[in-house]
Amino acid sequence: MAQNVNDWLNEHGDYLYRFALARLRDPHQAEDAVQETMLAAIKSNSFEGESLARTWLTGILKHKIIDLQRKQIREQPLSDLIDLDASDTSMDDFFDKSGHWIDRPQEWDMPDSALEQKQFLGILSECMEKLPSKLKAIFLMRDVHEVENENICKELDITTTNAWVMLYRARMGLRKCLEMNWVTG
Amino acid sequence: MSRNELGNGIKKGKCMLTCKQASQLISQSLDRPLSFTSRMQLRFHLFICDACTRFKQQLNQLRSAVKRVTSHTENDSSIRLSKEAKTRISNSIESKNY
Repeated sequence: MAQNVNDWLNEHGDYLYRFALARLRDPHQAEDAVQETMLAAIKSNSFEGESLARTWLTGILKHKIIDLQRKQIREQPLSDLIDLDASDTSMDDFFDKSGHWIDRPQEWDMPDSALEQKQFLGILSECMEKLPSKLKAIFLMRDVHEVENENICKELDITTTNAWVMLYRARMGLRKCLEMNWVTG
Repeated sequence: MSRNELGNGIKKGKCMLTCKQASQLISQSLDRPLSFTSRMQLRFHLFICDACTRFKQQLNQLRSAVKRVTSHTENDSSIRLSKEAKTRISNSIESKNY
């Protein structure tokens, strides 16, 4: 059995790791996800036929990624997770008291050359890594993993309003980070 | 006078969105279908507000860029599971099984 794991790691380890990293944006978590996948794989008897190993392992990995994200969000007390009351000041950086933009959104000069594109994607992935962990988890579930909002709420046991607010904050944070680090037109 | 200032000059009734409210609806529209009323309010706000129109464009750009960065990472063969990590994983699994 252990032999299997080493074979899988050698043949599919890099692929699985990249797949996890793209969705978790955290090297340690991505390694954990691959480890959990291997553990689940050797415990399971459902696999037959070596030709589909990668597809089968990726299927397990997808569940492990969601598990990790769920844990990341659930381990925090809800009050800490989201604060919807009037004292909430997290959007004060963006809007004044009457609800107007403090810094009006700028037109983005989207990259066209391959080099610029690479730089832009580098900045974006850094911005994603820098998001607060809970916001990062829910944002990645929604916009990268493309889990439907309804299922996110079920998975995380939060209300739809909480989910909207968290996604809103994540997107506001990301666009701010991009606006600060990517030259705007 | 910019379009936005013109918008702000209009007396605010309940049906007028602030930019803060409009930006929330724009974000939510990526996650659920908005109600008819919200859609109309937002459409009107966007008609008079350049800043929020740009914000909407940015969220769309952000979403497609996030998709690109995901597939970029997935296909970047320079990203590998290190030898050490492979050893860690295989050791941890042996310790759990035997």
